[in-house]
Amino acid sequence: MWLRINAIILRYFYLHRRSIARTMEIFFWPVMNLLVWGYVTRYLESIAAPRLVAFLVGNVIFWDVLYRSQQGITLTITEEFWVRNIINIFITPIRMTELIAAICIVGIGKSLITTAFLGILAALFYDYHLLALGPAILPFFGNLLLFGWAVGLCTLALIFRYGRAAEALIWGIPFLIQPLSAVFYPVAVLPGWLQKIAWLLPSTHVFEGMRLAQQTGHTDMTMLFTALGLNLVYLLLGALYFGWMLGKVRERGYLTRLHLE
Amino acid sequence: MPDSPQTTQSPVIEVIGLSKQFGSFAALTDLSFTACQGEILGLLGTNGAGKTTTIHLLLGLITPSAGRIRILGRDLPEERREILKRVNFSSAYTALPSNLTVWENLNVFARLYGQRTDRKKIHDLLTLFEIPEVMDHLTGSLSSGQLTRLNLCKAFLNDPEILFLDEPTASLDPDIADKVRHQLRTLRTERRTTMIYTSHNMHEVETMCDRVIFLSHGKLVMAGPPAAIVQRAKSASLEELFISIARNGYIYEEPPDTEKPPCGSA
Repeated sequence: MWLRINAIILRYFYLHRRSIARTMEIFFWPVMNLLVWGYVTRYLESIAAPRLVAFLVGNVIFWDVLYRSQQGITLTITEEFWVRNIINIFITPIRMTELIAAICIVGIGKSLITTAFLGILAALFYDYHLLALGPAILPFFGNLLLFGWAVGLCTLALIFRYGRAAEALIWGIPFLIQPLSAVFYPVAVLPGWLQKIAWLLPSTHVFEGMRLAQQTGHTDMTMLFTALGLNLVYLLLGALYFGWMLGKVRERGYLTRLHLE
Repeated sequence: MPDSPQTTQSPVIEVIGLSKQFGSFAALTDLSFTACQGEILGLLGTNGAGKTTTIHLLLGLITPSAGRIRILGRDLPEERREILKRVNFSSAYTALPSNLTVWENLNVFARLYGQRTDRKKIHDLLTLFEIPEVMDHLTGSLSSGQLTRLNLCKAFLNDPEILFLDEPTASLDPDIADKVRHQLRTLRTERRTTMIYTSHNMHEVETMCDRVIFLSHGKLVMAGPPAAIVQRAKSASLEELFISIARNGYIYEEPPDTEKPPCGSA
């Protein structure tokens, strides 16, 4: 089992080692995002809100964890469609769980590198110290990874079903979640009915939890465990949906047609 | 004529009443055949006749609407993973990632087949297909002929007992195509690999295949050794027979071939 997981990890290591475009995915876009939001925050801070840096910069970095982990699952598989390699992989004895596990491990690696790099830049440019969040940084990070994977599985299922036409969802779905996740503002600013929906997202509990930790220095464990519980539910639902869709895809021949699109 | 087949009495592929329906379109209808160990079995038919669908069904990439598939004594799809460890596939329509080197690609796929490999083993495999010099080249920089042979190297990584070849020589020049055919025949003789072969090149089919199955609109219309079915259809050549079936569908009064294949099962 490990050899097959290792094979997929190796495949993406080889890919990233040689591809500037894919390395940009780890460094360039997250850094640009941090710089823009960091300086916007600096400006707002200078005119009105002195604690904005602490709230926004940290959340921008952590939003990237969710975004990249969702993309980690979807883009890696989609890449195999683009290079017409998906059938070669699907006719090997690899289990779907092994393939997904390998992709998740690659995603963890990429997210750790990106987060560490952004953390260093945030300290240098904005005097914001990510590690000041304390040990809670790990469950915050982990919860966002898990939610990214759950969303990624659902996105991937839709791509298998609807083909290239659905690829825009890779970039679109995270931005459907973002306004409800309290990344850039507290959940309290949302209308009441929308707040109820927002609290169903694990990411909302993470970002509200981070906001609270940055304000008070106290980590609300209830929020962390609620996020974890919701993540487990969404992961289970995501896996079931993906498995069901994969069955449909095999039944209707979408996999082999998608390969030729 | 193909080399004399190294067949045994037990079929390695048994397809019974296989049908595949995509919505209202019947891609395959009630297809039954067997293939024996060491046999090269050609799947013939026009585009859309059901050849590739058959191969995809045999690889478990799509699930049948009806019928039964047994490969190497195991049932698909229940024992798909165990079957996939012992078979492989090469097609003109799949590609290995162009931004990895040849060594990197083969190293990844060897591991996917559960095999730790080293550069010597990969070098030997590339030498077998006469492309050892491309080991450290980017896959995207290879010519069509080299890519085809690289795909075949990938297909032999796990020493498959059954090899599915979907138009393996499409887009190759006659010289390289001939070399590839020769190499496949040699490997079949040496390793007793069963090959399921699709091609639109009738000369190639006559050269390679011990038996062929003609499909038309998803149905089996003729089966048997190439020379025998040409004679039975009173055609001048396999190519003429192909064109006749393509244009007229199932025009022969005799029922589809019921001759027992070499390993005994109908």
